[in-house]
Amino acid sequence: MIRILHQIFRTGVVTEPLTVEVEAEVVAIGTQLEEAIRKKFRRSLTIRQVDAGSCNGCELEIHAMNNAVYNCERFGINFTASPRFADMLLVTGPVSVNMEIALKRTYDATPHPKIVVAVGDCGCDGGIFGESYASLGRISNVIPVDAHIPGCPPRPADLLAGILAVIGR
Amino acid sequence: MSTLHKRIAAQLGAAAVPGEGHYPVDIPLVCVPCDQFNEAARTMKYAEARLVAEWASDETPFGRGFGIHALYNRAQEFLLVRCLAPEDEPSFPSIYKKYVSAWRFERQMKSLMGVAPLGLPDPRPWIKHEDWPPNTWPLRKEFAADRKMERIKGEYRWIRAEGEGVYEIPVGPVHAGIIEPGHFRFQAVGEEVLNLEARLGYVHKGIEKRFEALSWEDGVRLAGRVSGDSTVAHAIGYCRALEAMTGCSVPPRGLWLRGIMLERERIANHLGDVAAICNDVAFSFLFFQLNILKERIVRTNYRLFGHRFMMDRVGPGGVTMDLDSVGIGEMLAELDWFEGEYGRLVTVYDENSSLEDRLRDTGVLSPEQARELGQVGIVARASGQPLDSRIQAPFPPYDLLLPRMTVLHSGDVHARAWVRIEEIRDSIRLLREMLAGLPEGEVRTPCGVLEPDRCGLSLVEGWRGEIVYWLQSGPRGEVNRCMVRDPSSLNWLGLEQAIHGNIVPDFPVCNKSFNQSYSGNDL
Repeated sequence: MIRILHQIFRTGVVTEPLTVEVEAEVVAIGTQLEEAIRKKFRRSLTIRQVDAGSCNGCELEIHAMNNAVYNCERFGINFTASPRFADMLLVTGPVSVNMEIALKRTYDATPHPKIVVAVGDCGCDGGIFGESYASLGRISNVIPVDAHIPGCPPRPADLLAGILAVIGR
Repeated sequence: MSTLHKRIAAQLGAAAVPGEGHYPVDIPLVCVPCDQFNEAARTMKYAEARLVAEWASDETPFGRGFGIHALYNRAQEFLLVRCLAPEDEPSFPSIYKKYVSAWRFERQMKSLMGVAPLGLPDPRPWIKHEDWPPNTWPLRKEFAADRKMERIKGEYRWIRAEGEGVYEIPVGPVHAGIIEPGHFRFQAVGEEVLNLEARLGYVHKGIEKRFEALSWEDGVRLAGRVSGDSTVAHAIGYCRALEAMTGCSVPPRGLWLRGIMLERERIANHLGDVAAICNDVAFSFLFFQLNILKERIVRTNYRLFGHRFMMDRVGPGGVTMDLDSVGIGEMLAELDWFEGEYGRLVTVYDENSSLEDRLRDTGVLSPEQARELGQVGIVARASGQPLDSRIQAPFPPYDLLLPRMTVLHSGDVHARAWVRIEEIRDSIRLLREMLAGLPEGEVRTPCGVLEPDRCGLSLVEGWRGEIVYWLQSGPRGEVNRCMVRDPSSLNWLGLEQAIHGNIVPDFPVCNKSFNQSYSGNDL
């Protein structure tokens, strides 16, 4: 136990050192985000992430949004297991033919008003997989999309900025 | 002649003919008549070889029907056995009775290529879902890649369990959490799992077919997106197969830089996995601490390589970036800092009794099961199988800098976590040696032109385990077939067996300890 406590005090708060450029960027984006979330979502934006056919690259970066460095929860952003509690669907793609029905059902299970954000180059335009017998391409080919966050994969700071862009407007 | 090659020559006599146009030449290719394909498998089984992969290729452009391939391995020997199935109603004898893992390979071959495994008792499709129209075989040459797939009515027949108090839990494809999609069907009594069956294929994006529409140069970008977490390993796998076919010799510096990236990818993913295992038993301290370390590693990747996961940094003929002495110094300094931090956290893991209580004896895959199911990578090494393609099929710099293999025998969640923990330590050592001995010179060389009708094979040990690529050029030197075998194609079978007798709430931590790829499996 003493080791754990010692490590916790040694580590301190890693979330806020402003020396690194990226971290400065994160806090700047996050502060704007926090305001938008406070106003529009009563302090909490709840996201359901849906992998509709991604290579898992985007998922790694969405995970990273939750680590101690980006710590998206401090801005009121949290991820939920059920689409029924979600304000936003964060969808990675391309949409595979085998995920089409599941994606539509998840969309239908999310209560109105809902925001759909397509993440990654594949989610935005089909990426290198394109449209084929097995891939339906971009997310907006299957469900209505409100915003796009391109990148292969988008970095966690890009993801936070993209989320801000859609809820800030 | 290798032992495996001798065994098959002795058993099949004149029927086994050495094949040509297959590279690298130190992995022999043996062609057998189609009706001797399972006899070859029997010989391999008795020679204690494991089945690495089984796949089909459409060779109608050469007017010779369909190629059926099985790759075997024992210790450092590999042997590729190949037979031809006729163009009309192609079929081949199933090797499922000798190798359990052929069960899914052959279902996949039937579903996507339309070659029928004779004697395979399971008629259900794999990867392709049952709502696809009959007789749609996307990997055949006659099948147009942009064809719109219509849906028919169909139902997947799950393995059922009956009896008083037996109930079923369907999970997925959209799981709780930020995770790839797949469906798991549990049969349980009370808390205890009787059986688990996975049904995958949800993220099938037609990757193998897509390769055929791309040039050899562009294919590496796609290979880097087969499984985003293993982008370096997959790109190296693709490039090495291509380089073997063209006879391209990559400059030493390019090879060593590949090694550096491969080990950095291993460290980052192992950190994330150990963190997630701790999180699944509610030990959030290590989850956050280890993820801080992972974030530092990927940020350094971004600074020095220009991409957090080093996507598109490996190309045919070498690598697309270079490291200067400042970068090397920075990386070495980071390793010193990292080693101290990491060592402290490992001590916390090791001394924590509640972690031990949850992780030991949970999700046990016995060494016998691991061998029978043909497991590879971390899963195999945690269950007593000394398999590591960096040692079995070494390429520079691993021919000089031998990795230390960690093999444990308990096969539980703890063993899979501990194998990762030890491998991170070894990767730190390897990285230091690679950075110290990094040769001078070019990092890339042109790959050369491809002759028609050649095949190339490669094996690369990604962080999950052995990745196999098999490429074949067509009549005009174009891509005729690109076979990808991610370790997940084998290791998903292990998870289904490891969960027997465990309680349902332990499934997440068992699953995390395997952490297999959905995208790499579904392609």
